[in-house]
Amino acid sequence: MITSASSPSAAAAALPVDGAPGRTPRVAVLAGGLSHERDVSLRSGRRVAEALRSAGVEVSVHDVDADLIAALTDLQPDLVWPVLHGASGEDGSVRDVVQLLGLRLLGTGPRASRVAWSKSIAKTVVSRAGLVTPEFVTLPQSLFRELGPARILSSIVDRLGLPVVVKPSRGGSALGVSVVRSASELARAMVECFSYADTALIERAVSGVEVAVSVVDLGDGPVALPPVEIVTDGPYDYDARYHPGRVEYFAPARLSEATRAEVERVALVAHHALGLTRLSRSDLIVDTDGVAHFLEVNVSPGMTETSLLPQAAEAAGHNLGTLYRSLVEASLAASPVGLEPAPAS
Amino acid sequence: MPRPETSGTPTSSAAGTRLDPWLGTYAERTQGMRASEIRALFAVANRPEVVSLAGGMPFLDGLPLDQLSQVAASVVAQRGLQALQYGSGQGDEQLREQILEVMALEMIAAHPDDVVVTTGSQQALDLVTRVFIDPGDVVVAEAPSYVGALGVFRAYQADVVHVAIDEHGLVPAALEETLASLAAAGRRTKFLYTVPNFHNPAGVSLALERRPQVLEIARRYGVLVLEDNPYGLLGFDRDPWPALRSYDDDGVIYLGSFSKTFAPGYRIGWAVAPHAVREKLVLASESAILCPSNASQIAISSYLATCDWRSQIKSYRELYRERRDAMIGALSEHLPEATWTVPDGGFYTWVRLPEGLDARDMLPRAVTARVAYVPGTAFYYDGSGSDHMRLSFCYPTPERIREGVRRLAGVVTGERELVELFGTAGAESDDEVASPAPDLP
Repeated sequence: MITSASSPSAAAAALPVDGAPGRTPRVAVLAGGLSHERDVSLRSGRRVAEALRSAGVEVSVHDVDADLIAALTDLQPDLVWPVLHGASGEDGSVRDVVQLLGLRLLGTGPRASRVAWSKSIAKTVVSRAGLVTPEFVTLPQSLFRELGPARILSSIVDRLGLPVVVKPSRGGSALGVSVVRSASELARAMVECFSYADTALIERAVSGVEVAVSVVDLGDGPVALPPVEIVTDGPYDYDARYHPGRVEYFAPARLSEATRAEVERVALVAHHALGLTRLSRSDLIVDTDGVAHFLEVNVSPGMTETSLLPQAAEAAGHNLGTLYRSLVEASLAASPVGLEPAPAS
Repeated sequence: MPRPETSGTPTSSAAGTRLDPWLGTYAERTQGMRASEIRALFAVANRPEVVSLAGGMPFLDGLPLDQLSQVAASVVAQRGLQALQYGSGQGDEQLREQILEVMALEMIAAHPDDVVVTTGSQQALDLVTRVFIDPGDVVVAEAPSYVGALGVFRAYQADVVHVAIDEHGLVPAALEETLASLAAAGRRTKFLYTVPNFHNPAGVSLALERRPQVLEIARRYGVLVLEDNPYGLLGFDRDPWPALRSYDDDGVIYLGSFSKTFAPGYRIGWAVAPHAVREKLVLASESAILCPSNASQIAISSYLATCDWRSQIKSYRELYRERRDAMIGALSEHLPEATWTVPDGGFYTWVRLPEGLDARDMLPRAVTARVAYVPGTAFYYDGSGSDHMRLSFCYPTPERIREGVRRLAGVVTGERELVELFGTAGAESDDEVASPAPDLP
């Protein structure tokens, strides 16, 4: 355990738990883990825990390690909130374990997480649901070994044109991501990408306004929070994401009424189509014709000081503690373990 | 990215935020400070599942903790009013006398007044740089050099020029050539920064016969020598060699530390400097921290007075030698296609990767395989050095070291396959030195 449980503020009203009105729910926040995004997850987890405590929720924060199962078994929390980024946290496996322990999850279940975690599968699913997503190919490293890279790389350029974005098919925080503007840079980008993952997604780069749309479901169905526009004078890379100053955010995004409605629609369609639960964040680009292109979705969006979902929530007038507490309440009121909605096919 | 026009009326004309209201007010020297993905990876490296060959942390399990807890208790019980109070900016006088005993092992003869106690030798590095460096001044440093020193030099906007080293340390001819060409270009070199013993990261020591040569060259060019010596007492098979300071009282500032031979948690180091320089260092230190921690100084002073610290260092030397042997043995067994230095003291070996591999690119794969190291790029001011990595053998047990190198061999194999496939490596690296991860001493 990273921090021990803290007492809720006396002023905050207790939440009803399993028909026991008056009892304060215990929420176990999972943060850390062994993914490349451990550091971000620790920060996200701390922020979520602080906000929940401020809203009167009893919270403990746990790392994902050999002590986790024993800790959760002993604690028997009413709800487990995985604020984990990267593999095992977002690929569904830790969520599987939580459900195996008979505990309730806040957020998307394991099966839908697995689908969303793979950018290429998620793109295929949302594309079938009618959304626009940049043309792409997904190629494992082993394929390059078997077929030889030269022809594959030149086919990529022929097919997708330039520039393209090369990114790990599974991963986050822009780790291993490159924008390739000339064919000679492509091999280098593949090496960088394969340092993080064994499968690369290469997609046509779309020029336009970068927008993130968070979706929350407080019990009455998913709703989109105001889109957040991201303006950078360089790549929106790891440093830009977590070091204030390099990025200018506009919340809400500077979009027309119609475009704003469209990006919110896209995020909600993605949320539905992928069978996501309680919260998600879709990353989109609005091109020069106003078309919203779906790039990827996060089942465990960043919750740090510079992250997009908290900015969107505040732009919508939410107090973070109150919002997160409402997510907890909605999760407790919803169906328990084992009723994860299947992703739309 | 250009902003497209979208139809209709924008719903928001709100000003954007960069989430930092003080953005326009930072000093220029903060420009290079970046939160790199390397730092993110080191967050994973600190987990016990990962064999970290990255950090320079001493193996504190080797300390007599029972004895030390008594020492700590007596500090408060017997000298509490002094230990918990402000102290002298120059440092506790008794400790400064004891520091002379420590330095005598390296043939340094000094007076307690010559010693300035600092918050780790890292603060001494900062003070010396603050006192001597204006933006654009040249610091000459070994190639590679200690990442923490490069970070300080960068913070003060120095221009670092690297000088080649070989298996016998700094190459005098290369130093001469560098200083001559800097002088010819009208550049002012303020000091030479060197780690002469069991170098971090290279693991080599400056040969005895080169020591007077290096000092003579520096003197001839009017360049001060900054001798950073945290590892000098940790030789495996030999007694300490005379420090550069032992040859030259006026041209050398010597930095010492208890962090590697005792305990970094106390954060106590020191500088020995010529009189006029020392006065400035004391004033600079007082303006930075008022005084070093009295509690830490008195605890270390008590340790030195009541415990057999020489035997402790001897047992550390044996412990680290065993780990060095484990590291070198494992490298020979698992990574025969790489080359490395065989240090005869200290904490590190410096490994050159097989042709075409990039240690920085390879790090995410290593972390996935649960092993960590420091890419060579951290030790060069210009971010070069990607063909090297620093492996530390000080902290993991010999079994863990062998396991770590075995994992690393798998990583190297995978990376090699990648590079052979795509025929590319060694792209420009971002500078890492401004923001070293916290465990990179």
